[in-house]
Amino acid sequence: MRKVSIVGAAVTKFGEHWSSSFRDLIAEAAVKAVDDAKMDGNEIQAIYGGCMASGRFIGQEHIGALIADQLGMNPLASTRCEAACASGSVALRAGYLAVASGMYDVVAVGGVEKMTEISTEEAAIALGGAGDQEWELFMGATFPALYALLARRHMHEYGTTEEQMAACSVKNHANAVHNPYAQFQRAITIGDVMESGYVATPLKLLDCSPITDGAAAVILCASEHARKHTDAPVEIAASGQASDSLALAQRSSLTELNATKVAARDAFRQANISAKDIQAAEVHDCFSIAEILAIEDLGFFKKGYGGKASIEGETALNSKISINTSGGLKGCGHPVGATGVKQVVEGTMQLRGEAGKRQVPNLTNFLTHNVGGSGATSVVHILKRG
Amino acid sequence: MHNLLPLIWRNITERYRLLGVHCQICGKDYFPQRRICPVCRRKGKFVPKQMPHEGKIVSFSLVHSAPSGFELEAPYFLALIELSNGVRLLSQLVDSPAQKVAIGVPVKMVFRKIFEDGPEGAIAYGYKFKVVSGEGKKPAGKKNPRKMAAVNS
Repeated sequence: MRKVSIVGAAVTKFGEHWSSSFRDLIAEAAVKAVDDAKMDGNEIQAIYGGCMASGRFIGQEHIGALIADQLGMNPLASTRCEAACASGSVALRAGYLAVASGMYDVVAVGGVEKMTEISTEEAAIALGGAGDQEWELFMGATFPALYALLARRHMHEYGTTEEQMAACSVKNHANAVHNPYAQFQRAITIGDVMESGYVATPLKLLDCSPITDGAAAVILCASEHARKHTDAPVEIAASGQASDSLALAQRSSLTELNATKVAARDAFRQANISAKDIQAAEVHDCFSIAEILAIEDLGFFKKGYGGKASIEGETALNSKISINTSGGLKGCGHPVGATGVKQVVEGTMQLRGEAGKRQVPNLTNFLTHNVGGSGATSVVHILKRG
Repeated sequence: MHNLLPLIWRNITERYRLLGVHCQICGKDYFPQRRICPVCRRKGKFVPKQMPHEGKIVSFSLVHSAPSGFELEAPYFLALIELSNGVRLLSQLVDSPAQKVAIGVPVKMVFRKIFEDGPEGAIAYGYKFKVVSGEGKKPAGKKNPRKMAAVNS
């Protein structure tokens, strides 16, 4: 296995892009990433695109070929990767493996979702497809309801409170204020979260990540050639991925995501570091409770203490560990297929020292954690300078 | 939407009667039915098995924002239920006062309409659960549980 580095990285503005199409968004992210890598594009040998539900959102499948065509990259092999909200990370992993194996020297990885073309109700149904259609959605479950069941159990076993969950949203909005690409560049308070209406108890509207349009892209290159393209390459030091049952009822635990624990264990082993060596991370906060589960399952905080750590500010920017420097899914926005790639773009910017007012100084490692569904897929990547 | 009739029809034994499977090799019960035992894989041998109709609440949520087809019921309780044999499933709770819905509370299966697949589509029926009150009425329920369910519908 060869070492693989990120030599170009870019995101579009996240938000409601009524004037931009799916094609516009992925083209913008890809062109910016290629420019960032100081390439003309001819170096790229294959494309991997993460996208969850374009068939539902814009009625378009076959987006691997669509992306290659729209970028003027025919006849390169171009493959769509799908793992619900973890689609971006599985695309990154596919690109990573392709370069690590020696099959290609340079590949482009993109993530994109155009979610605002349909109504919120229709989008909720599309996103529901990440859960178990026959045994959860059929019974009247929604995606927030599934995470609400996890939240209620965490509250029951560890005394986690709604205010502690709200603190995750508040912190992520605070970080998003400093991210020009974020959907919500504005601060909120715990009171705002507590006063927002219940979606599925105990989760309220401001515990939930929004519906977002956006795209992100990175250019991967064999590390031995990375310095030809950039002075500040970022190495993908580890890539872990694991699976679990789609349905919550079949899980061994409701207070942890086993797929996250396994993906993290594998990633830490590959990178030969531990959770203590991570000073900053992007974790999957599709709902506030998901961030609490993530920071526990990744080993940053002891099981049951994620809520307490969050409300006491231990996950704030430049505190004990900076969680979701981009604003996370809650503040930056969650175009589902793009999120995993955006997390890695944020990690690349942080490791290069280009993150502006949200910069965490003197970083050596950065972790990204992306979950599909209610935890049926989990992907962990560890990035490091070099 | 796609035609839900074949899906509804295929799962009738599970949704109407909680019929699961039992692996004769590892001894584990599974609901819903599945083709491959995750413990024994190809060595596993499944036979149909009736799941118990009683269990307890493991977690719950009151769903306010309902998906299409469920709007008229909102807000409604959704619960993860652990049956008395340890198998878990997700179900709506009905006929249960909000103040009695809590983790650990005993529940029993009732037969209800789940949703209608549009004005001309099939009507999906199946299991929901209700909190067992634990008050004086329990002996009557035990004597004739079918009649009790009918009274509550």
